[in-house]
Amino acid sequence: MADTLIRNLAIPLGQILVVLGVVSLVVTYLTLLERKILGFMQLRLAPRRVGPHGILQPIADAVKLLIKEDIVPDKADRLLFTLAPILTIIPAFTALAVIPFSGGGTIDLFGYSIHPWIADVNVGVVFLLAISSLGVYGIMLGGWSSNSKYSMLGSLRSAAQMVSYEVPFGFSIIGVMMLSGTASMVGIVEAQRAAHVWYFVPQFLGLFLFFVSGVAETNRLPFDLPEAESELVAGFHTEYSGMKFALFFLAEYTSMIIIASIATTLFLGGWMRPFPNVEALGWLNLGLDWISPVLPGVFWFATKTFLVLFVYLWLRGTFPRYRYDQLMRLGWFWMIPLSIANVVATGLAVILAR
Amino acid sequence: MFRTEMMDINMGPQHPATHGVLRLKLLLDGETVTDTDVIIGYLHRGVEKLCETKNYHMIEPYTDRLDYVAAMYENLGYVETVEKLMGVKVPERAEYIRVITAELQRIASHLVWLGTHALDIGAMTVFFYCFREREIILDLFEAFCGARLTYNAYRIGGLPWDLPPGWTDRARHFVKIFPERQKEYDTLLTKNRIWLGRTKGVGILRAEDAIDFGVTGPCLRSAGVDYDLRKAHPYSVYDRFQFDVPVTYNCDTYDRYLIRMEEMRQSTRIVEQALDHLPAGEVMAKVPKRIKPPAGEVYHTVEGPRGELGFYIVSQGEDKPYRMRFRSPSFVNLQALPHMIRGSLVADVVAVIGTLDIVLGDVDR
Repeated sequence: MADTLIRNLAIPLGQILVVLGVVSLVVTYLTLLERKILGFMQLRLAPRRVGPHGILQPIADAVKLLIKEDIVPDKADRLLFTLAPILTIIPAFTALAVIPFSGGGTIDLFGYSIHPWIADVNVGVVFLLAISSLGVYGIMLGGWSSNSKYSMLGSLRSAAQMVSYEVPFGFSIIGVMMLSGTASMVGIVEAQRAAHVWYFVPQFLGLFLFFVSGVAETNRLPFDLPEAESELVAGFHTEYSGMKFALFFLAEYTSMIIIASIATTLFLGGWMRPFPNVEALGWLNLGLDWISPVLPGVFWFATKTFLVLFVYLWLRGTFPRYRYDQLMRLGWFWMIPLSIANVVATGLAVILAR
Repeated sequence: MFRTEMMDINMGPQHPATHGVLRLKLLLDGETVTDTDVIIGYLHRGVEKLCETKNYHMIEPYTDRLDYVAAMYENLGYVETVEKLMGVKVPERAEYIRVITAELQRIASHLVWLGTHALDIGAMTVFFYCFREREIILDLFEAFCGARLTYNAYRIGGLPWDLPPGWTDRARHFVKIFPERQKEYDTLLTKNRIWLGRTKGVGILRAEDAIDFGVTGPCLRSAGVDYDLRKAHPYSVYDRFQFDVPVTYNCDTYDRYLIRMEEMRQSTRIVEQALDHLPAGEVMAKVPKRIKPPAGEVYHTVEGPRGELGFYIVSQGEDKPYRMRFRSPSFVNLQALPHMIRGSLVADVVAVIGTLDIVLGDVDR
């Protein structure tokens, strides 16, 4: 009885707490990283005041947001206004459940072996698609319930954007599922090891489409239309302040991490080191496997995720913002046909190779 | 039962993209702008009236505050108008220094335009790059006249001081490095697909409309009208320099971008030539401490970064102007805004405000 409880309740709960804690910390530091990288690109210093080189800045920001006055506009729908940020953050965190942060072994703790992921669902990819599209509810309701015109325009844009980019987002993943023959995230990584090639080589178009629609899904430049600082002031979160605003913020950055993690898992070999099948390159594990077989995986997973995130920030430093109609045109006229073509081409290749 | 409704939306006076205290009342059908009401007057300072209570020397610092992004031109326009009224001959050296500083000011002003315009369209990095170069110019101005924004740098009859030692070398250094720096903006924007998409065909202002509205400066030249006061009615010593006036024919935001980029290159050329031929000698003509121009009226214009900058003075032979009037390009150009954005999207509104390059100090006096 106790054993079952621990196995099915305590361990998953512990995993969830660890993942939430670590990801929240990573998110706060991602904001610092973003400011540092943009500062580097834009010839300015970025935060330097709080702590050495500003490394305590995210904590200061978090404290500031927590103790800030929480304003609800007079004519806002109070219930939905409060609910909206929560509705945004929940799907963002839920998606973390199926991401395999490492592989190659288990962590042994008090006689229980624990996987370095919360759940290995056999429909992991589909689960991700389903969950990630829920975030738009929060944005929609937040913008609408503020009873502000700028917010409403932002949320309408967001809804249209999600609808258009959800399709290529889903289609771009199908190629990977066809090649690996599974929808389990762990299975896809293992299939890449078996195929002796990471899927960004045969699925480079898929990766490109996935990343572009991922950027659009997370409302980041050049697709940050729902926010569009210079047009809509701050779009859907114009009226939000304090912790409610922080939740939106947290959700956006968590979604970025999730998109980067999915890209890593599906296209970049997940937790595997470069050339995982070449024994001679074992030194690439940096000796971490002497401590625990899980650690090199975590290291490589984090490195690859960081690289994808860096591209995110790089885009923000480089590109202007799309216009609403151009964004939709790009989505419907280019992304969707291309993603369908990718699926068809992959299907033909799989059949011919058989 | 179900119908779509037009929506009124106030853009400004506090809005990140209205470049000051401009208020636009937009009537939106979805995101399409069907009508615009431009509401100004939030920065009204009554400068014209104020000037009529001050003597001619005391007016000059007020002109700085008109267009604070290109204060050097306001100074230039004003002192040249009074000089024309009085018939003062300004020493050669002072004229050359005026041309150098004024053209540097044009570059500095265009850099603010480029930075904020790009920021409105979402390209953040360009903004910081532009300010890096603007800082160099402002440092030069600070060494020249002690101020970085409101210069009060010229005097009726010349300049209060000569250039400080080493200034010309620093200016030469700037014109040498600036073309390289400008290539960086080019790389980020000129062929960028998103930038092209956001600016091509946006905010069309045809020549006949531009002339009807009285639009001048780069906005007029983008419509194919070759009208630059430096060539059309040469003032100061502009007729001695080789430079081209860029003209394009597509009348859109992208063309205005190209024109201002080219104007920065041409200004660099002028500064280079002026530095090469900078004569020695006095910088101040003999002008009485208490100026009493003869009775009469005068209208004088200079080509500011935003267009025709005009000064109208009526003198009754006293030490104060009887009537003072400024023709500010931002104010006149802003008239064309409703015409330019009718039927376009909300996102285009900010692009068009940016491309008009208005300064609200120049609009609301």
